[in-house]
Amino acid sequence: MDMNKAIRRLFFGVVALFALLAFFTARWSLFEADALQRNTLNKIPQLREIREPRGAILTRAGGPIARSVRRGRGDDAIYERRYPRGELFGHPVGYSYVKRGATGLEKYYDDQLSGRGEEFISVLDSLLGREREEQSMLTALDASAQTTAGRALAGRAGAVVVIEPRTGKIPVWVSVPGFDPNDVRGDAGYKALQSGDGEPRLFDRVSQSAYPPGSTFKVVTAAAALDSGEYRPTSIVNGDSPKEFSGRPMANSGNVSWGDITLTKALTNSVNTVWGQVGERLGDDTMIEYMKRFGFYSKPPVDLPENQVAASGLRSGGELLPDDTPIDVARVAIGQERLTVTPLQMATVAATVANGGKRVRPHLADEFRDRYGRVKERVKTDEVEQVIGRRAAAQLNQMMQDVVNEGTGGAAALAGVNVAGKTGTAETKGGAANQAWFIGFAPADDPKYAIAVTVQETTGQGGTVAAPIARDVFQSLLR
Amino acid sequence: MTSARNRELFGLLPIALAVSAGFAAVLIARDAEVNDATLTYGAAFLVLCLIGHLFIRVRLPNADAYLYPVAAALAGMGIVMVYRIDPELAREQAQWFVLGLAAFAAATLLLRDLSVLERYRYTIAAGALLLLILPRVTGGVTNGAYLQIDLGPIAFQPAELAKIAVVIFIAAYLADTRELMVTYERRVLGVSLPPLRHFGPMLVVWAFAMMLLVFIRDLGSSVMFFGGFLALLYVATGRLSYVVIGLAMFVFGFMFFEATVGHVGARVDAWLDPLNPDLYYAVGGSGQIAQGMFAQADGGALGAGLGEALLTSGGTPVLPAAQTDLIYAVVVNELGFVGAIALLLLYLLFVERGLKTAMLASDPFAKLLATGLTAVFALQVFVIVGGVTRVIPLTGVTLPFVSYGGSSIVANFILVALLMIVSDQARRPRDEGGVL
Repeated sequence: MDMNKAIRRLFFGVVALFALLAFFTARWSLFEADALQRNTLNKIPQLREIREPRGAILTRAGGPIARSVRRGRGDDAIYERRYPRGELFGHPVGYSYVKRGATGLEKYYDDQLSGRGEEFISVLDSLLGREREEQSMLTALDASAQTTAGRALAGRAGAVVVIEPRTGKIPVWVSVPGFDPNDVRGDAGYKALQSGDGEPRLFDRVSQSAYPPGSTFKVVTAAAALDSGEYRPTSIVNGDSPKEFSGRPMANSGNVSWGDITLTKALTNSVNTVWGQVGERLGDDTMIEYMKRFGFYSKPPVDLPENQVAASGLRSGGELLPDDTPIDVARVAIGQERLTVTPLQMATVAATVANGGKRVRPHLADEFRDRYGRVKERVKTDEVEQVIGRRAAAQLNQMMQDVVNEGTGGAAALAGVNVAGKTGTAETKGGAANQAWFIGFAPADDPKYAIAVTVQETTGQGGTVAAPIARDVFQSLLR
Repeated sequence: MTSARNRELFGLLPIALAVSAGFAAVLIARDAEVNDATLTYGAAFLVLCLIGHLFIRVRLPNADAYLYPVAAALAGMGIVMVYRIDPELAREQAQWFVLGLAAFAAATLLLRDLSVLERYRYTIAAGALLLLILPRVTGGVTNGAYLQIDLGPIAFQPAELAKIAVVIFIAAYLADTRELMVTYERRVLGVSLPPLRHFGPMLVVWAFAMMLLVFIRDLGSSVMFFGGFLALLYVATGRLSYVVIGLAMFVFGFMFFEATVGHVGARVDAWLDPLNPDLYYAVGGSGQIAQGMFAQADGGALGAGLGEALLTSGGTPVLPAAQTDLIYAVVVNELGFVGAIALLLLYLLFVERGLKTAMLASDPFAKLLATGLTAVFALQVFVIVGGVTRVIPLTGVTLPFVSYGGSSIVANFILVALLMIVSDQARRPRDEGGVL
C-alpha cells in the first residue's frame, strides 16, 4: 500500500484521539463541573470563598455586626469573619466560616454579601477575570434595644422579638442563651457550643422553638370572633368556672366565676371559659382558617434559612399535624391542646392587629450597598394579606389596651404612651413550671413596634415576668 | 522559497504579541502594575524567535512555514503558564528555551544530510538504551518512577531525547525491511503475519517497552515508544493487523504487570475511581488526578482568567505538580474549555504539518522519520492530556513545549529541527543547482 495513504489514515487516528481529549475536557469543565464543584473532597470552592472579602453586616445605625478581616498578604491573603458585637447579634446574624458553613443572615444573603450573585454578569467580565463585588448589608437591628432585651431576660432562657407593624422590619431579635459567632471559628469553642451542657445555645428560640402560647393565643380567637361577625366587643358570654368542654372540665385562673361578662372584659381578665365557648361556637374550620391567615401552619416568611424557622400549629411528637386533624377547638381557643408557637409567630399576630389587620412580611435586612456606599437594593415592604378587617382590628386594639390598662398586662404600661397587649402563662413540665408570655404593641394609637416576649421554665406569670421585659424594650425603642 | 519564510515571519509577530498580553494578564492578576516588563518579555521572546527564523532562512529555506511558529506559540504559552505558576521557574524555562533554540540551530547546522542518522542507527539505538537505563543506576525516584539523571545542578530526563533516538532507529530499520515484511508474510487463520525473521525485532521492541514499564516504571514513555513503533509499523507495511497484534501484546503485557507490579496497579485504581476518599487520601493515590479534575471544573467554559487559578493556599498546594504533569489542568482552569481546545488545535496543526512533511518526503527513511517523530509527539500530548482528563491512567510525561522541563524543551526543538530538515529536502525545487 502507498505509504501516504497510511499516513493520511494515521492523521485521522490522531484526530480521533484528540477528539477524545476534547470530549473528556468538556466532561470535567462543563458537563460534570457542578457535581465536581460540590464534591466534598474539592476544597477549591471553599478556598475561593475566603480569598474575597464579604460585605459587612451593620446595625440600623451603621455599627458593625460582622466584618471581614484580611490575613496574610499578596497571593496568599485570606479573609476571615469577625463579629465585634459577639453574642449580642449571634442568633439572627449567624456565622460564616469555611469549615462550618454558614447560618442566619450570613447564609440567607450569601449571594449579596459574597457578591457571587453578580458573578458572570457578562461574558466580557468573566473573560477579564473581573472580581466579584461584595455588598454590605444594613439591617433593621437596633443595638441598644437589643442590649436592653438581652439584659431584661437576665440569663433566663427565652426570647424577645420586635416587628415594626407597618414595614415588617425587625429591630430586636434576642434568644437566650445566645452564642458568640466568633467562638464557632475554633474547634474547642465550636465543640463547647455543641456539647449542650444546660440549655442549647445554637438553637434560636425566636424562630425554631415550639412553645405552648397560653392565653396570648386568645388574641387570635378574638380576631376570629370579631372579624367573622359572630361577636362584638360588647357581646355577653357567661364566664362561670368550671365548665365542661369535650367531656372534660375547664377552669378559669383561680377558678373564679365571672358571671355574664363582655368579650372585652373576658380578654382583660383572660377568662378561659368564655374563650372556650367562643372557640366552640366558631368551630374547627373557622379557627383553623384564621390561624392560617395569621401565618400558622406555614414557615414564617422571614429572611432566614428554611431550616432555621419552624411553623406554628398543632404538633404531636414534634411533628406539625395537618390542618384537617380533628381538634379540641375550645382548648385550642385558649392556647392549650397540642398548640405550639414560635415567638416570631406571636409577634406577627400582634403586628397584624396593630397594622389594621394587614400582615406584612417580617425581615431583618433593610438595605444593600456596594463598596462605594451606593444603594444596590432595598428590602421592600411586602404585604402578605389582610388577615382581619380594619374595624375588627381597631376593636381588638382597644380590647388589648384594656388588658394593659386594667387587666393582667399592667406591668407593660408606660408613662405617656398607650400600650396594647396580652399576657399568657402556660403550664409546662406537668405544671411544675410556667411558660410566661407577653405580646403587644406600642404606641397603641399609632403602633410603631409590636413585640413578643417569652420566658421558659419560670415560676412567675406572663404579667409579672414577661410584661416588664416588653415595657423595657418599648421604652428603649421609643426613647 | 521566500514566501514560505515570509509566512513564517508574519506568524511570529502575533505570537509575540500574545505572549506579551499573557504576561500582562498574569501581572494584572498579581495586582502588580503593568510596566515595561511585559513588553520587554514579549520583545525578548520575539528577538529569540527571529534569530531562529534567520537560521531557517539561511539553512532550510524551503522548509514548512508552520512548524516553527506553532512550536514558538506553544513554547510562549508554556513560558507564560510557568511564569504564572512560579516566576523563578519561568526564568529557568526561558533559559532552556534559549538552549532549545541553540540545539535547534546546531541540528540544522550539523545535519545537512539525514543519511548520517540512517547509517549510525545502531549507535543511536545503543545510546538511547543507555540513556534510559542510566536513571535506574544513578538517578532518583520521581513519583515512583526512575526518570532523571542528576548532573550536578541539572536534572536531566533522558526519555525525552531517547524518544527521538528510538524513532530514528525504528525508521531506519523499517525503511530497509518494509518490502520484505510485506512480501514474505504468511496468513494464519486469515490474519496476516510478518515472516518470523522480521517478527523478531518487533518482539525486541515490545520487550523494550515492557522493560521501561517494569524497570524504569515509566508507563507514559512506554506507551509513547510502543505507540510510535506501531504507527511506524503501520505506515511502513500498510498492515493494520500488525498494529492489532502489537496492541494486543502491549495490553497483555500491561495487564500482567498491573497485577504483579504495585506501582502500575495503584495508578489504574486511581484512574478508575479517583473520587473515592480512601484512594484520594492514600499516598500515591488518586489525589493528584482528582485535584486536576477539580481544577478543570473550576475553570468551566471560559476559565477563571490568567493568574486566577488556585494553586496554593497558605503555602500548601491545592494543585500539585502544576508546572509539569498537571499543567493542562491549569490551562483549563485559567483559560477554560475554550482555551484548552485552542491549545489542542495548535497541537493538531503541528501534527498535520508533521505528517504533511512525511507525505511530501520521497526517501522512505525521511518519510518514516517524519511520521515517527510526529506520531511520538502526538502520543506524548495524548498520554499527558489523556492522563489529566482521565481518558487513560495518569502518567508523568511532559506536555510538549508547555510543561516546565529543560530536557523536554531541548528535545522537542531537536524534533522540530529534524522535521524541518526533512521538509526542506522534500520541498527543495528539483531543478535547483541546474542540470549536469
